[in-house]
Amino acid sequence: LFVMADEALFQFLHNEVIQYIYKSSEHGEMENGRCITKLENMGFRVGQGLIERFTKDTARFKDELDVMKFICKDFWTCVFKKQIDNLRTNHQGIYVLQDNKFRLLTQLSAGKQYLEHAPKYLAFTCGLVRGGLSNLGVKSIVTAEVSVMPACKFQVMIQKM
Amino acid sequence: MHQVRLQIKGSDVARYSYSIHMQISAVLQSWSKPKNYPLFIRSVPIQNELKFHYTVHTSLDVVEEKISAVGKAMADQRELYLGLLYPTEDYKVYGYVTNSKVKFVIVVDSSNTSLRDNEIRSMFRKLHNSFTDVMCNPFYNPGDTIQSKAFDSIVSAMMVQAS
Repeated sequence: LFVMADEALFQFLHNEVIQYIYKSSEHGEMENGRCITKLENMGFRVGQGLIERFTKDTARFKDELDVMKFICKDFWTCVFKKQIDNLRTNHQGIYVLQDNKFRLLTQLSAGKQYLEHAPKYLAFTCGLVRGGLSNLGVKSIVTAEVSVMPACKFQVMIQKM
Repeated sequence: MHQVRLQIKGSDVARYSYSIHMQISAVLQSWSKPKNYPLFIRSVPIQNELKFHYTVHTSLDVVEEKISAVGKAMADQRELYLGLLYPTEDYKVYGYVTNSKVKFVIVVDSSNTSLRDNEIRSMFRKLHNSFTDVMCNPFYNPGDTIQSKAFDSIVSAMMVQAS
């Protein structure tokens, strides 16, 4: 199965992209919302391309749950070298993906320091999931929340098309 | 949701006693654009092109039918290759749908008996691989028609090979 060549490369690049987006916006932190959106959109396009690659040789997905399991296992492993630790759903289109040691947060802190900056480091991945799902025919809204790093939760809300 | 429809028509080749028509079609369906929006259509003999378009369009219904039947727990229906969709008196139509809802349709002249199932399968694999590359190209915006020269040349090579 396709695995990212070197995760350190991706992590460093990801962090630099965030710094760049915030530095190049006119008012930096004041435009937080716009920067987060930019990061999310980047993740979206990447997710679309990645999922095309990753699903090239897989069997056809049976249903929505099958797709979410793929995201939690194969997709997460390919990108972050580990699986999602816990998947919960209300079987009505809402899924919560819990990662107890999210790779893109491990370098930030092991607790609550820099918590206010955590959303910036989750935006790209939210887009990644949304983009991946989008190309699998699933329209969604993906948000993330974090209370104690490096654990975080991604919430996927399926939108009826 | 994206379905890619790629249409390729084979060219008449003098050394065969029958003309070989082949059409590969890729259809895209997105929320903002009309359903079954063609991403790539290629025809070598321009005559009968409309007839091919029509054939492909009607075959999409069969494709939809086949993929919606997947839920009925049959192991071989997990395959991306759908096989012969339906035979008409003039053409044989084959389908393939990726997990990213990209639909490929190949229409082959019924009189062409030299193209075996294996070969059709491998044509679809090549198309899928090539489409994946298109998707990963930063200059390609998902939903646009395919402009990629690399993709084009894969398609040309396949048509030449089949004819």
